[in-house]
Amino acid sequence: MTFPEIRIEKRLKRRRWLLVAVPLGSLVVAHLAIALILQATGHPPVETFRRLFDAAYLADGALTSTLISATPLAFTGLAAAVAFRMRLFNIGGEGQLYFGAIGAAGIALLLAGQSTPVLIVAMVLGGAAFGAAWAAIPGLLRAFLNTNEIITSLMLNYVAALVLNYLIFDSLSYWRDTSPTGQVFPQGKYLPDAATWPVTMASSVEIPFGFVLAVAVAIGVWVLYSRTRFGFETQVIGDSPRAARYAGMRTRRKIVAVMCLSGAIAGIGGASQDGDFRHVLDAKGLQQSNYGYTGIVVAALARYNPFAVVLVAFLLGGLQNAGFTLQGADFPSGLVGVMQGLILFAMLGGELLVFYRLRIVRPARRAAAPETPA
Amino acid sequence: MNSSIVVVVLAAAVAYGTPLLYAALGELLAERSGVLNLGVEGMMLVGAVMGFLAVQHIGGSSVVALPLSVAVAAVAGGLAALLLAFLVVTLRANQIVSGLALTILAGAAGLSSYIGNDFNLADNPARHSFGPVNAFGLEDVPIAGPVLFAQSWLVYASWVCVIAVGLYLSRTRPGLNVRAVGEAPAAADSMGIGVARYRYVHTVVGGAFAGVGGACFSVALTPQWVDGLTGGAGWIAIALVIFAFWRADLCLVGAYVFGAFSALPLILQARGVTITPQLFQALPYVMTILVLVLVSSGLGRRRLGAPASLGVPYVREER
Repeated sequence: MTFPEIRIEKRLKRRRWLLVAVPLGSLVVAHLAIALILQATGHPPVETFRRLFDAAYLADGALTSTLISATPLAFTGLAAAVAFRMRLFNIGGEGQLYFGAIGAAGIALLLAGQSTPVLIVAMVLGGAAFGAAWAAIPGLLRAFLNTNEIITSLMLNYVAALVLNYLIFDSLSYWRDTSPTGQVFPQGKYLPDAATWPVTMASSVEIPFGFVLAVAVAIGVWVLYSRTRFGFETQVIGDSPRAARYAGMRTRRKIVAVMCLSGAIAGIGGASQDGDFRHVLDAKGLQQSNYGYTGIVVAALARYNPFAVVLVAFLLGGLQNAGFTLQGADFPSGLVGVMQGLILFAMLGGELLVFYRLRIVRPARRAAAPETPA
Repeated sequence: MNSSIVVVVLAAAVAYGTPLLYAALGELLAERSGVLNLGVEGMMLVGAVMGFLAVQHIGGSSVVALPLSVAVAAVAGGLAALLLAFLVVTLRANQIVSGLALTILAGAAGLSSYIGNDFNLADNPARHSFGPVNAFGLEDVPIAGPVLFAQSWLVYASWVCVIAVGLYLSRTRPGLNVRAVGEAPAAADSMGIGVARYRYVHTVVGGAFAGVGGACFSVALTPQWVDGLTGGAGWIAIALVIFAFWRADLCLVGAYVFGAFSALPLILQARGVTITPQLFQALPYVMTILVLVLVSSGLGRRRLGAPASLGVPYVREER
């Protein structure tokens, strides 16, 4: 049996317009696919899309909620982008965020009584340090024992989740509310009031301090990667580790440094969860949110560009917020995940078309190659 | 004797290890062909929800409905994997991001939840489910009886699958070809082995196995539907393949070890033993990391079977 074969050929000329057209086309394809699914299951597609858009960006207070969803995604997205740029596949953003939340909450409890600025600085540093420390494990293993960081960082996510559960549900740790009610209904100790991060008002939209911080981190990452020697070297190591070694770059150090940087950014995301939104080490809430994994989607959609990460985080944050707001009997649950997945699939698939073209080749009878033994 | 705690734990280890075993066998096939599929959790959930949907809607006795529901789960898992295979084999997309995309698309907050919600699956328990079957009348044999011979058909079938996959990979021509494709695709290609075709077939069959693994939950272990029913088993399955050094027989051992770790805290707590459950639950992950370190050190690499081209797309023009 012979099928028409799809051949992939490299484009001879780079076409700049494709850089814009392909992602847009991918988005359209993804939305058509989603519309098809909606139609097939008896939900009106246009109406559903309109409600999503409305709940994400237009309704009263929608932007405020969207920024709440977008902030952690911006941090985990930046964390993933920093590592993936060097082809270090740190998928441990999830666990590093948990550890950042643990570190920041611990420091806030320890420094109760201090002023807000002191607490903010301490929480950010504490979160970054804890996240970096957790990321250092896969980083060191990769650098010195050549252990695949994908699997180790993934496994450590689960270990971090268990640490979180242990601290809040199965021990009388420093983080747990040990009052009589807290012993019956396990929950974290509330952070001091001064540990609440400030909110900036822009007309009627509340911008959390964490989001401002994420933008600052994005600028920092951009400067680091496009304006410094460190950034240049990570790029070379990512593209060609062998060339980097011959050029005398310290590959191992850089691997550890980039992993720690990635973990630190995710950790600040955890600190922002404590300071901006939860005000307690929320073991359950953090685990239900999957910020780390979604952050990788954000980074991939943004093609690892730090500014694009913030933008994509805002867009996907809107989608998540809308899914959350519209949750109910008449709104299909799981739609947000389906949309995120399909958009990412379409984008990933489309990427090839920028540099390659597909040609469908009808199998010619006389050219048929002998069947390979299957 | 057969109600002693050791026997109870061992029997639970086999029961809870079986979904892991199916998923790990599937992932093993995909990884041996060079495709690291991180979408296992998503494929398992799609298999679980479709299997459950089938068991609720296929009429007739359980003799008809149950095998059919497992088949539906396999097809669903396979189709999910086909999507990934198209992306990573034909379109050469990044395997890690694609696998995560599949888990998000199909997973606990995605398609499986969508289907479960649209068909109101959470409202009713399964109409049929796999129960224990007394195999060869050996149920009452001390220790081995309850552990090995009072399990469901899915458990017995998994043993056949282990043997089949093991023999396939080590004793058949296509099996050796798969290993060549995962090890050195350029060399395999010049031998006339269709790299893309092998990767497609094994990723899709691997997805079917993952789908069956998901059905183990929804029509056997916990015969009902809730979002995220598999509870991270897919990720453990990925760990398991490494833990088992990419070998089918060791997948069986590893699955039961990991199954014991997930069952042990529940059983101990039920008997009033106070322990720190997290310690047991963390063991599979920590052990996997240790094994991975061992595999990646020079000493281990030569003897153990990590496919050399795992995760690397094959582009003929660039070899």
